[in-house]
Amino acid sequence: MLRGERGESLAVAYRILLAIGEATEAERLIPIKWAHISGVNYNTIGDSGVDFLEEFSKSARVAIRTTINPMGFDQNKTVNLSENFTQKQMSIARSYHMLGTTTSFTCVPYEIFDIPEKGSAVSFAESNAAVFSNSILGLLTNRESGLSALASSITGKSPYSNLLMDKFRHAKVTVKPDYELATELDYGLLGYFAGNAVRDNCIGINAGEEKLDTIKAKALSAAIGTSGSCGMFTKEEGTKQEIISCGKEEVITIKDELNTAEDGDLITLGSPQLGLNELHLLAALIEGKRLTKRCIIFCARAIHSQAEHLGLIDRIEHAGGEFMCDSCTCLTPLITRADFDSVITNSVKAAYYLNHSNRVGVCLKDLKTIMKECADYN
Amino acid sequence: MNTCFKCRKIVGGYGIGNALLTEERINFLSMIDTEKGIIEDPHHQLSGSSVKGAVLVFPGAIGSSVGAYVIYSLKVNGAAPAAIISTNKADITTASGCAISNIPLVDTLETGSFFAMRSGMEVKVDADSKIVCVTNRTF
Repeated sequence: MLRGERGESLAVAYRILLAIGEATEAERLIPIKWAHISGVNYNTIGDSGVDFLEEFSKSARVAIRTTINPMGFDQNKTVNLSENFTQKQMSIARSYHMLGTTTSFTCVPYEIFDIPEKGSAVSFAESNAAVFSNSILGLLTNRESGLSALASSITGKSPYSNLLMDKFRHAKVTVKPDYELATELDYGLLGYFAGNAVRDNCIGINAGEEKLDTIKAKALSAAIGTSGSCGMFTKEEGTKQEIISCGKEEVITIKDELNTAEDGDLITLGSPQLGLNELHLLAALIEGKRLTKRCIIFCARAIHSQAEHLGLIDRIEHAGGEFMCDSCTCLTPLITRADFDSVITNSVKAAYYLNHSNRVGVCLKDLKTIMKECADYN
Repeated sequence: MNTCFKCRKIVGGYGIGNALLTEERINFLSMIDTEKGIIEDPHHQLSGSSVKGAVLVFPGAIGSSVGAYVIYSLKVNGAAPAAIISTNKADITTASGCAISNIPLVDTLETGSFFAMRSGMEVKVDADSKIVCVTNRTF
């Protein structure tokens, strides 16, 4: 398999689309406008992924706009990583460049690129992006895998099934918290509960708010993506819906599972990577203060350069914040047990992967509380 | 004695191994060691078990979209399941991972088939013939 002969990659792509088409009972493929691919970080795809992409990219080129997920480190910063990691990571980046993707290294493409009109079919791997785009932007995508989105990027097509079809975009079950939600962390915990509790394509979320702001919607989307397989949430309530109540006790149980440390040596922000509105908020929260702990902020390079022009980078760095572009808290090789016993974050998704994959203890708090406790006036 | 059940083919091929059953879904990225195929998550029902050479019978993948690459890594490392049976409709992560790894994948088994299966029983998955057979050692 995968000898790199002409047409071989296309054959592999159609094999993948055929399998997921069978699984989701699609009758045909339809054209899509945008693919967003995961499987970029060497920590996640390993040596077999490196070799696969090297072969695959020899004979394949993307047919539509294609953006890609974060990799393992910031390409403009010297980081203390093994030569093997750096070389393998750069091989992956080269393969995606060869394929003709926009090497965006972001998990929030929806905050960076122009959004096709509502109702457009796309193919998004990266679960937070799929859930956010379906639920908030009205784009149509299934919860694609790194490989299925790759297959769609070079064919320009995706099986017409599940969340691409209107009939699957309505919730049969609605999750209703019986307590007041305040912070982005509350929304993250609710999303984690909902994603685990409901196995349909689409979940109803009735959290009382008329319109979720982007920060809360991101936290909710990322957590739904982490704990389950659901690809969309909706506020709409039908008459025949089953209601699942989410009580304080349920949320405390989840928090106890993810919150494995009382404090941390490092604050890590950005899973998903921070957008401009979050950087504005962070800058305001630490204005005139100095961070008392190391704080790494993960954001996309495109966001970083906009934030630079807006003076946000200077303000945050002045308070002691450190930026990392091209990468994300999740699965980063920069945060390991060897360097940190535990870290502080406001992200439920980050907490899950830091605990499970990076094997680092996690102290979960919302952003305002973190900045209140970990930043002092000069 | 063999008991056979009809199923739906998602990825073709033939695989035989001991059944490894779970009602819990799997986040391939965070739960499996790709070198040995061992499920490392201490909270998972299959914690400590290896998928290597087994017929994995599970409800589907959750979480990371990179799970498909993890399935491929298992295959390249010789630690992949011999076949996978999805007790729900097969999901996109599992289907795409199996497709490039040539791991037979079936779902939608006939009613009653899961009552006949226990972990450790020998299971043959003939995806191309759309048949799953269980060797029932108690007979």
